[in-house]
Amino acid sequence: MSFFGKLTWSAIPFNQPIPLITSIVVLLALAAVAAWVTIRGWWPYLWNEYITSTDHKRIGVMYIVLALVMLVRGFSDAIMMRAQQAVAVGQSQGYLPPEHYDQIFSAHGTIMIFFMAMPFMIGLMNFVVPLQLGVRDVAFPTMNNVSFWLTASGVLLVNLSLFIGVFARTGWLAFPPLSEKAFSPDVGVDYYLVALQISGVGTLLTGVNFVTTILKIRAPGMSYMRMPVFCWTSLATNLLIIAAFPVLTATLALLMLDRYLGFHFFTNDGGGNSMLYMNLIWMWGHPEVYILILPAFGIYSEVVSTFSGKPLFGYRSMVFATLAICILSFTVWLHHFFTMGAGADVNAIFGIASMLIAIPTGVKIFNWLFTMYGGRVRFTVPMHYAIGFMITFVFGGLTGVLMAIPPVDFVVHNSLFLVAHFHNVIIGGVVFGAMAGYTYWFPKAFGFTLDERIGKAIFWCWFIGFYLAFMPLYVLGLMGATRRMQHYDDPSWQPWNIAALVGALFILVAIVLTVVQLLYSIRTRDKRRDLTGDPWDGRTLEWLTLSPPPHYNFAVLPDVHGEEAYWHRKQEAIERDKLIPEPDYQPIEMPLNTPVGVICAFFASVCGFAVIWYIWWLAILGLIGAFAVFVWYAWRDEHEHVIPVEEVIANARERRRIRMENLHQLSQST
Amino acid sequence: MRRFMGAAGLGFLVSSCNRGILDPVGPIGAAETQILINSTAIMLAIIVPTMIATLAFAWWFRRGNTRATYRPDWEYSGAIEMVVWAIPALTVILLGGIAWIGSHDLEPSKPLASRVQPLNVEVVSMDWKWLFIYPDQGIATVNQLVVPAGTPVSFRLTSATVWNVFFVPQMGTMIYTMPGMTTRLNLRADRQGVYEGRSAHFSGDGFPGMQFKVHAVPPQQFAAWAQSARGSGQMLDGRAYALLSEPTSYVKPMTFSNVAPGLFQAIATGHAPSPRQLPQARPAPGVGA
Repeated sequence: MSFFGKLTWSAIPFNQPIPLITSIVVLLALAAVAAWVTIRGWWPYLWNEYITSTDHKRIGVMYIVLALVMLVRGFSDAIMMRAQQAVAVGQSQGYLPPEHYDQIFSAHGTIMIFFMAMPFMIGLMNFVVPLQLGVRDVAFPTMNNVSFWLTASGVLLVNLSLFIGVFARTGWLAFPPLSEKAFSPDVGVDYYLVALQISGVGTLLTGVNFVTTILKIRAPGMSYMRMPVFCWTSLATNLLIIAAFPVLTATLALLMLDRYLGFHFFTNDGGGNSMLYMNLIWMWGHPEVYILILPAFGIYSEVVSTFSGKPLFGYRSMVFATLAICILSFTVWLHHFFTMGAGADVNAIFGIASMLIAIPTGVKIFNWLFTMYGGRVRFTVPMHYAIGFMITFVFGGLTGVLMAIPPVDFVVHNSLFLVAHFHNVIIGGVVFGAMAGYTYWFPKAFGFTLDERIGKAIFWCWFIGFYLAFMPLYVLGLMGATRRMQHYDDPSWQPWNIAALVGALFILVAIVLTVVQLLYSIRTRDKRRDLTGDPWDGRTLEWLTLSPPPHYNFAVLPDVHGEEAYWHRKQEAIERDKLIPEPDYQPIEMPLNTPVGVICAFFASVCGFAVIWYIWWLAILGLIGAFAVFVWYAWRDEHEHVIPVEEVIANARERRRIRMENLHQLSQST
Repeated sequence: MRRFMGAAGLGFLVSSCNRGILDPVGPIGAAETQILINSTAIMLAIIVPTMIATLAFAWWFRRGNTRATYRPDWEYSGAIEMVVWAIPALTVILLGGIAWIGSHDLEPSKPLASRVQPLNVEVVSMDWKWLFIYPDQGIATVNQLVVPAGTPVSFRLTSATVWNVFFVPQMGTMIYTMPGMTTRLNLRADRQGVYEGRSAHFSGDGFPGMQFKVHAVPPQQFAAWAQSARGSGQMLDGRAYALLSEPTSYVKPMTFSNVAPGLFQAIATGHAPSPRQLPQARPAPGVGA
C-alpha cells in the first residue's frame, strides 16, 4: 500500500466528459463565490455571524441553504435519469452507460433523503422550535453547531465522489451482497458509508438536542398541551431520530466491518446473511420517512390554522395522531420486502400494521379540512402548498395502503409504481411542506417577505411538474416496468417516460424560479419589509418578537396562559388598546460563538476521506485532530457572554413602539 | 376533435396496459389484479370526496366571501372527531381483512390446487441472466422459460451471486432470489403466448439486460420441446456452469441437454463451481453481450 493508499491520479475522471465538466464547473463556481466573498470583505461577517454561530436561528438558516444547494445537486441527478429513460429504448443505449447511470440513481436517493429533505426539516425545526417555545436557544447550542458541521462534512464527502473516484452503484440503501467487497470493490460504497456515518452522528446529536429542548426548556406556563403542533411533531421526529439513527449507524458499521476487516455479517460466504441487513436497514428506514413527514405535518398545521384565521381543529386529536404515527412507524418495516417469502402470517400482520398508520394520518387530513371550515381562508403561497398537499398526499396515501396489501405488493414491489408512490408522498408531503415553511418563516428570519407572485408560480410549477412526472410512473409500474433500469426494450414505455421528462422540466423551472424569487426579493426588500414582526397575523410565539429576532429572541421570556399563546395576548391587547405593562428587564447571558463545530468537522472530513482511500496515517491524524478539538473545548474557561441590560431595553422598547403603532391601527379597524 | 383525442388517449392507456399486470394470464395474477382494483375503488370512494371537500371548503370560506360565516373560535366537535377517526378506521378494518385473506390465499409458497401434476422448475439468477433447470426433464435453459399452459409451475429459486427478483408481470407474484437461500413460488399461465420476464431488484451494471421470455405452450408441444432439448445442445456440467458464471448481460436464450444432478442444491448452498477454478476459461458459444 502506497503513501496515499488507493488514491492515484486515475481517480480523477479525465476521460469521462460528464463528471469532468461538472467538476470543473462546480469548482469554478465555488472559486467565484469565494472570490466574491473575499472582495466584498464578508469573511469576518460570515465567520462570526454564521460559521461559528451558536444561535439556533443562524444554524437553521445554514441548514436550509445547505438543503437548497443539495436540492439543485439531487435534481441534476433526477433530470439526467429522466432524460436517459426518455431515450434509452430498444437499440439506443441512451447517453449514460450503466456504470454512470447506476451512480446517479444511488446519489440521487442518498442526497435527496439525507442531504436535502433532512437538513431542510432540521433547519426549519432549528429556526422555529425555540421561538415557538418562547425560549432563547436550544438546550445545547454548541452541540447544535457541531451537528450542522458534521452534516456538512457528509455533504462534502458525497459530493467529492464526483471529482475523486466514484460513488456507490448499489442504490441508496446499499444492499449487500451487492455492496460487499466481492461485488463492489471500488471506493463508491465506502464514500456512501463514511459520509452517512459522519452525518448520522450529527443527526443523532440534533435529536438529543431537540428532545431535551422540548422536554426541559419551555417558556413559563408553556405546558405540553399548550405547545404548538409544530413543536409536537418536532418532538415526535426527534424521538424517532434518537431511536432509529443508532440502528442505521450500527447497520452501516457492520457493513464497514465486512468491507474493511473481512467480517462476514452480510457476505455470501462465511455464514453471512444478507436478509439481516435488509431487516436492519428498514428498521431505520421506515421511521426515517416519518422523521421527514412529521415536521411537514406540523408546518401544515401552523399554516392552515394561521391562514384560515382559526385555531387548529381537534388539537388533542392531532397530538394523539402524531404520537400514534411515531410509535406505529417502528412496527411496519417488513412491508418493504413482502416478496422475500416470509410467509402468509408475517406478511399479513405487517401489512395490517402498515395500514393502521393510515388512520391517524387520515384524521390529520380531516382535521385540516375542518380547520378551514368556518374560517377566512387567505390564499397565500404557504396556503397554496397546504391545499396542494392535501389533494396530492391523499392519493399517495391510497397507493401506499395498496402496497401494504401483500398480494398487491407482489405485483408492484420495486416497480415504477413504487417509485411514483414515494415521490407522491415525499414531494407532495415533505417538499411542499418545506417550501411552505420556507415561505412562511422567511420574513421572520430576514425581516422581509418573499415575492408572492413568483412564489405562486413556483408552487404551480412544482404541482404540475409533480403530476406530469409521476403519474406516468404509476402507469409504467402497472405495465410491469421496474425501477433502476438504465435501458429497456419495450417501446410502449417510451411515451410515458417522455411525459415524465416534461414534468421534470416543470420542476426545473420551479427550482430556477426559487433562485430568481430569492434574488428579486432581496433586491426589492425595502418595499417588502416586515416591520411588525407579525406579517401573517400569526398565532404562535415566534410572531411576538421582532423580524429578524435579536440573538436572545425575547427580552423577557413570555408568560403563557393557554393554547395559541401569542394570539390571545394579541387579542387582549387589541381589545384594551394597550400592551402588557413593561416588565423588569435583566441582562441576558448567551452562549459564545465557537469554531469547535467547523474545526471538528474539518478533521472528521479528513479522517473520512482517508478511510475511504485507505490512507491510514491520515485517518489517525484526523482522529487525533478531532479529539484534540474536543479536549480544547472541554477545558474552556468562558462559555457565555452577557448582553447588557441597556441593549435589551433599547431593543424591547423599539419593539413595543412598533407593536403600539400596529395595535392602534388594528384597534381602529375593528 | 376533443372527444377523438380523449378516446385515443384512453385507447392508448388500455393498449399500454396490455402485457402488464392489468392483463394477467393466470389465476395468481388475476386474483392480485382483482384485489388491486377492488381496494383502489374502496379508497377512491373516500379520497375523492375528501379532495372535493378540500377545494370546496377552501373556496367557500375564502376571505372575500361575505356569505360564508366566520367562526373564529370553532375548534372542536366531538361528533366530527368521532366520524373522522371512524372513517379511516373502518376502511382499514375492511382492507385489513382483504390483506389477511389475500396474504393466505396467495401465499407464494402455497401449491396451486389442480388436478394436473405441477411442473418443477429451479430458477437461478446469475450475473446477469436467468438459469432455469427442469429437474424432472433433466434439461436447462438460459433466459427462456418454456411452460405448459394450464399446468401449475412450482418454482424453487436461488441466486448464484447477488439478490434479484424473479418477475413475470402477467403471471403475477414476484419473489426474491437470494444467495444461500431458497424461496418458493407457484404460478400458472392459462393463456398460451409469450410473456416478458425480468428482474425487479437491482443487481449491478448488467441489470437491465436480465430479461427473459416465458413461452406458455400447449402441453403436448411442451413435451415435444423437452424431448428435442434432451437430444441437442451441450451439457450443463461444472465446467459449462463455470463458463456461464462469467458476468454477461443481454444473453441470448440457450438450451442445455443435460444437467449435472444436484446443481441447484449446490448453488443454493454456495458449493457451485466458480469461474476462478477455471483460469483458462473462454466464453461458451452463445454467451456474450
